Amino acid sequence: MTEPHTGALVEMTGVTKRYSGVTALDEVDFTVAAGEAVCLAGENGSGKSTLIKILSGVEQATAGEIRIGGQAMTHLNPRTATAAGVMVIFQDFSLFPNLSVAENIAFASELSEHKRFFNRGHARSVARAVLDRIGVDIPLGARLETLPVAHKQLVAICRALACAARLIIMDEPTTALTGREVSRLLDIIRLLKTQGVAVIFVSHKLAEVLEVSEKVVVLRNGKKVAEGPAETFDTASLTKHMTGREVHDAAPGPFAGSAETLLEVKDLDKPGSFSDVSFALRRGEVLGITGLLGSGRTSLAKALFGLVAPDSGSITIDGTSVPLGDPIAAAEARIGYVPEDRLTEGLFLTQSILRNVAVGRLKDHERGGFLDHRSLVAEASDWLQRLKVKTPSITAPVQSLSGGNQQRVALARWMARAPQVLILNGPSVGVDVGSKADIHDIIRDLGARGLGVIVISDDLPELLATCHRILVMKGGRMVEEIAAGTVTEDDLSHKLAS
Amino acid sequence: MSGSRTEAKLTQTPEFRLAIIAVVVFALMAALSPDRFLSAQNLTSMAFQFPEFAILALAMTITMMTGGIDLSVVGVSNLSAVVAATILASLAGPETAGAAAVMWLTIALLASLSVGAAAGFANGILVSRLGLPPILATLGSGLVFTGLAVAMTGGAAVMGFPAIVAVIGNSTLFFVPVPLILFGLLAVALHVLLTRTGFGLRITMYGANPLAALYAAIDLDRILLRVYVIAGMFSSVAGMIIMSRANSAKADYGSSYLLLAVLIAVLGGVNPYGGYGRVVGVVLAVLSMQFLSSGLNMLQVSNFARELIWGALLIFVMVINITDWAGLRARRAPVKSG
Repeated sequence: MTEPHTGALVEMTGVTKRYSGVTALDEVDFTVAAGEAVCLAGENGSGKSTLIKILSGVEQATAGEIRIGGQAMTHLNPRTATAAGVMVIFQDFSLFPNLSVAENIAFASELSEHKRFFNRGHARSVARAVLDRIGVDIPLGARLETLPVAHKQLVAICRALACAARLIIMDEPTTALTGREVSRLLDIIRLLKTQGVAVIFVSHKLAEVLEVSEKVVVLRNGKKVAEGPAETFDTASLTKHMTGREVHDAAPGPFAGSAETLLEVKDLDKPGSFSDVSFALRRGEVLGITGLLGSGRTSLAKALFGLVAPDSGSITIDGTSVPLGDPIAAAEARIGYVPEDRLTEGLFLTQSILRNVAVGRLKDHERGGFLDHRSLVAEASDWLQRLKVKTPSITAPVQSLSGGNQQRVALARWMARAPQVLILNGPSVGVDVGSKADIHDIIRDLGARGLGVIVISDDLPELLATCHRILVMKGGRMVEEIAAGTVTEDDLSHKLAS
Repeated sequence: MSGSRTEAKLTQTPEFRLAIIAVVVFALMAALSPDRFLSAQNLTSMAFQFPEFAILALAMTITMMTGGIDLSVVGVSNLSAVVAATILASLAGPETAGAAAVMWLTIALLASLSVGAAAGFANGILVSRLGLPPILATLGSGLVFTGLAVAMTGGAAVMGFPAIVAVIGNSTLFFVPVPLILFGLLAVALHVLLTRTGFGLRITMYGANPLAALYAAIDLDRILLRVYVIAGMFSSVAGMIIMSRANSAKADYGSSYLLLAVLIAVLGGVNPYGGYGRVVGVVLAVLSMQFLSSGLNMLQVSNFARELIWGALLIFVMVINITDWAGLRARRAPVKSG
């Protein structure tokens, strides 16, 4: 840990950001020294993305001061932030899949130098120089889309370095990496630090990057709640700071291993996404499917609900086969799917809570062609009450609810359809800790009532708290099956990343 | 279930503002030219004039509710009118009267509605199954429908109908003009469809978020198909009124109506991105446009100045509506998450 401290590279003082009434950041002070690695931790909605957006000029702070390299930045925009050496590497890397490695690395720096023409030779030499700087060898001419994820990330780092980055901000850098790839990334970070480049890790899984970091800053509800040397934090204390309380999740209830098979998936195959996937789900069972980002878990979930059409294989419920690639047929076979992204896929944000629940049940509440409003309201209210959705009025737009309540509305829609199999993709993404525990209760209860539930998640504590059995996916294949209670979170995390 | 805005106060709805605008325009025109604007003759003539383009605006409304648009409405109405006119002129002829005339008129009307439904079905296939952008698909199909009408007629007007045809466009029932009755029936039908049926609610939900509709296992193709068929049939009704009032049918009648229909739908508060629209707003927008248009006519304002005023009115109403759209903009901004 060598840190050439020469005054703060970035100094944010009293930074506040309000979005029409909501305070996303409240008087946050945040400093990064040259050559320092800082972990910025916080749950979804804690304000960490907002802080990064302000620092990279994407959003303007409502109040507060930002200094980069001692210079006050009054009107920071993405261009001036880049010129000042602040680079963000987003989770998806924002690279050009159809261009070569060299072009991807050199593109941004060529642009910022206002070159009119692209010089392939110059680009290659720029790229070569940066790759050498971090001691990595990737073929310069390879098309980016042919590279594995870890290499894409390195290309993104190189692109930042080619633009003379002084601070690299990495959003969830380890989510898609295996254990070996993570340690290589950390070696590169150590090297960059000796060259005076500062790094901010933005993540909700920080255990892996703690060892190369000097400092940890924790945000909660837009406020800075903890700051200190990295050595003084561990996973437990981080979680406590991030959530503001000790959280104990229950374990899944007992499962009668003799229950009949409800859903059977055989040899499901979709080249490029998943292959040879077979498993069975029994009545009353909660089955977890996990894997790293890009392991095929989401494609598989969509395939089970007909949103992705597999090339071959079969899905049967109670021995009756379900047509592939047809969500309406899947819904008729009483499969339900609560998608990963509530805001764009799960809910009709501008529409009322009532309509969001009722939309799946319209057919059953039509009398002579007209909707029976009263019975719709009665049914929806009943489900909302059972799932403890807190709302003053069911005619309020669903976007007025908190994340946890929104997720319950999405659940209520499917529950009202009395599904046999319910697929929940990332059931607690972006909900607060209290709601998360409630949603886990709901999931366990669904199982206890005889539904077959599939939970797709990379939130390991969540899987351990809800599932009777966990399937691990890697590279589109099911590689391991784990029974409940036989593993700890650490074991599971190793199995995932090995 | 009559609207997601049941929470909002009446005075905050775009429809309320439109009602004020309609009243203001009416009062203004009445003040500027009291003798002529308020004359029974003028009021009657207005009531005969607007239903034809108002019905096209209803057709526009239902497609806009899904986030789409139907630029082929005028093409469909002319094609269906040409088909009906050909039946009436060639098979029936001007001399036909009595029961035979009623029979031929019925056949012609059914033919016209079928043409409208078929044209709408074609649009629906292009937009749903083939996934073309509605604005381009219906721009193209509109030209095809107009072209078919030209091919059938050689570009000339078709005329020489039995006298009974005039009933649709030029007669009154209990002092109410028949076109106005037709418009009223269609407006009420569309309102009930959108607010009281599962299909109408699905249209709104699809317009609000097509992706979420897919994930909610709604049959998207079927919704779009039915929406465009309805738009086509509404257009053919407008075509019948135009044919009856002009006592002829021609491939290029009502060419200014397309823009007018779009304009009225947007004026009427229908969200062009889909998911919100109320028939009452569209009706109010129709009235405002007709008051303004007749009043200006009376004041002998030139046609060019009139178009300028229409455009200004459109922008004015959209600017007023922005207060409502602030929420929409906030939603379109990058999602703020920790």
